[in-house]
Amino acid sequence: MKILYFAHFREKTNIAEETIDLPNDVTNVETLIDWLVERNDSFADAFVDREHVRVAVNQEHVEFDMPVKVDDEIAFFPPMTGG
Amino acid sequence: MTICIQKQDFDAGYEIKRLCAKNTNIGGVCSFIGLVRETQSGSSVKAMTLEHYAGMTEKQLVKIEEEALDRWPLEESLIIHRYGRMVPSEQIVLVVTASAHRKAAFESCEFLIDWLKTKAPFWKNEETPKGKEWVQARASDDMAADRWQK
Repeated sequence: MKILYFAHFREKTNIAEETIDLPNDVTNVETLIDWLVERNDSFADAFVDREHVRVAVNQEHVEFDMPVKVDDEIAFFPPMTGG
Repeated sequence: MTICIQKQDFDAGYEIKRLCAKNTNIGGVCSFIGLVRETQSGSSVKAMTLEHYAGMTEKQLVKIEEEALDRWPLEESLIIHRYGRMVPSEQIVLVVTASAHRKAAFESCEFLIDWLKTKAPFWKNEETPKGKEWVQARASDDMAADRWQK
């Protein structure tokens, strides 16, 4: 599974892009975040305010209950501020 | 219907002329240009860097443009959005809409910029005297986008 981090998620985790093996207990976006924050303090800090976490699966904006699969591209980012 | 995500600046006059030359049914053109503002929440902004999610940005802008086409009888439309580092007064975004009559052009132009601000994956990072900061999303932008919900 490919995971991309944008804006403060990239800065806090110090990772722009990574590929991980899908952990057994990860079934959707919510459980993926649960797994990520267990990694270390930087991840815990990046995802501390889940209300302001936005996520895309395969470049489509989705909610946290969206199922995730091994060949998905997941992206985490804050609310958008373009224009 | 055209979407451009680019680093370089744009010339709105040139873009509008080119767009109008394509279609003789156009009777009205509306445009919006967003600029880097120096003052933001009381502090002065030296520069701003726009980051985006390449791939998803294009998809989202196409969707937003298609939504505008569904709602208004547009002859042509154009969105140019820049990314990278920009200083105050620099142009960030251009939205152009063209239709037979002005009402559709005015309304769809406002719709496109309202939706783009909250639905296209861009993030602004400002350089201020206090350091670099990510711009927070505004509730007023969400409200502006929500009023177009059907």
